[in-house]
Amino acid sequence: MSRPASPTRAIRALAVMELRLTARRGENVLVTLVIPAAVLLFFATVGIVPGIAGRPVDFLLPGSLALAVIASGLVNLGIATAYERNYGVLKRLGSSPLPRWGLIAAKILAVLMLEIVQVALLMSVATFVLDWAPAASFAVGLFIVALLLGTVTFAGLGLLLAGTLRAEATLAIANGLFLVFLMVGGIVLPVDHLPAPLAALATVLPAAALSDAFRAALGGAAAPGLPLFILAAWGVFSATLAVRTFRWE
Amino acid sequence: MAVSGALSGAGSVSSPGAITGPALALDRVVKRYGARTVLDRLTMTVERGELVALLGPNGAGKTTAVEMLEGYRAADGGTVRVLGEDPRRGGPALKARIGVMLQDGGLDPRTTPRDTLRLYAALHDQPRSPDALLDLVGLTSVARTRVRRLSGGERQRLALAVALVGDPEVLILDEPTAGMDPEARRAARALIAGLRSEGRAVLMTTHDLGDVERLADRVLILHGGRLVADGTPSALAAGAIPRLRVRLERALSADELGAFGAAISSVVPGAVPAPEPGEAAGAILVDGVAPDPDLVAAVASWCAASRIQIVELRAAAATLEERYLSLTGDRAVEAVA
Repeated sequence: MSRPASPTRAIRALAVMELRLTARRGENVLVTLVIPAAVLLFFATVGIVPGIAGRPVDFLLPGSLALAVIASGLVNLGIATAYERNYGVLKRLGSSPLPRWGLIAAKILAVLMLEIVQVALLMSVATFVLDWAPAASFAVGLFIVALLLGTVTFAGLGLLLAGTLRAEATLAIANGLFLVFLMVGGIVLPVDHLPAPLAALATVLPAAALSDAFRAALGGAAAPGLPLFILAAWGVFSATLAVRTFRWE
Repeated sequence: MAVSGALSGAGSVSSPGAITGPALALDRVVKRYGARTVLDRLTMTVERGELVALLGPNGAGKTTAVEMLEGYRAADGGTVRVLGEDPRRGGPALKARIGVMLQDGGLDPRTTPRDTLRLYAALHDQPRSPDALLDLVGLTSVARTRVRRLSGGERQRLALAVALVGDPEVLILDEPTAGMDPEARRAARALIAGLRSEGRAVLMTTHDLGDVERLADRVLILHGGRLVADGTPSALAAGAIPRLRVRLERALSADELGAFGAAISSVVPGAVPAPEPGEAAGAILVDGVAPDPDLVAAVASWCAASRIQIVELRAAAATLEERYLSLTGDRAVEAVA
């Protein structure tokens, strides 16, 4: 009698397929790897980041890491999933022995694996090109917590778009939000340099919270309470809403 | 596309003794979309080792019925059973035993046939070999081509291979031969016939009456959400009024048709010839009486006297197509054509 594969095997196969598709498409490599690295290199080299105490790279590396998480979860995952839904791929998987939670687990796993590549790339660029070194008090635990919360938040937002809107609309909105977060997410420009009302808004958005949390972790500072709280709240909000509203067909 | 011994490599399907009863069963199933009743107390079964064709015009409810069996839609009334279980609650263990082919395929255009099959193989405990399946459906030469670049028929064959990868006991195929060229269609028919003879239950929807006549053990005709026929293809065809069909080498002029009618009705009173609607020039349908040897002789002798060659003459019982059209009404003609 035919039986389903073990969930681990199924999830691993699906995650590997996701990564292969990502690696194969130029636009995905561009948004997840090239753009975050280019943002880091460009702004660190020209050195125009205003109002920061230390070196530009110390501000920009955490920012570009946040941008990388946004690119993987919101842009790459969101758009890919939207098109899978559009093509009926999700519907067809629905009558396969893969449980739905397995599909979501595979997608999250693929995002995490991609993020490992992104973190390695950005830290290498910072180390070998921009002469950066992690602080002696680099808070690895805080870094991982921030990465996971950011992943849940932005993957949740990506799936929220993908599961409710047309593929074309998801494509447009995900790219638009990417640009907004780049500008007001404390990624290349400190949030307190924005006009006051915009700064207030930016502070409660998840991008600035993630940048700040990464900045604290890399700088060896204490865990920043407010950004982590904001990020956790966004994580719960976006994941819950995505699960509730997702339409598979 | 390899045909011989289609799936013999997989061995025959084990028959778990615990489950008796039909492989697929709908019992008085009702489905409504708003005020519209799409399925109206539909009752049907498919047994193990049986190939059942589900026919009906577009909008008759075929896909709705199939998608209920696949677990995609809930019934508003009645019961749906797949291998004795409710497909909405069955979970991975039930789904592993069912092979599904959706009407729109559900294939990712960015992947290749080989990667698609490998992915689905990874979802099963003991899958069939992806490469052997590619060979079976004749896609080995395009195994590394993006699905985007495949022809419609090639995509259909890939979707069929995906349905087979888990070695399922039950196959639910929504228009499996649509978009195939004649050669691929013949090979697909042989493959599907092989599945049934291995003891699998097969339910397929189709608009192709050739599929039905060559493959189906039983035909179900759905019209307006109701079952209007259930029987073997030949038993169904026998239910229609038999007529004589003649195909001549060329179309008859109005005068010739009049002379032809006068000639045959003088031998067999009541016989009225008319050009067959929707057929090529020269196709004549003799209406009004059942075919008999006298009628055939009268047709042949007028043609001989007029020096017009008969290309085809069919006095057999009515075709399944005639029966189908009489059951589903004029609206169905376009769907079948």
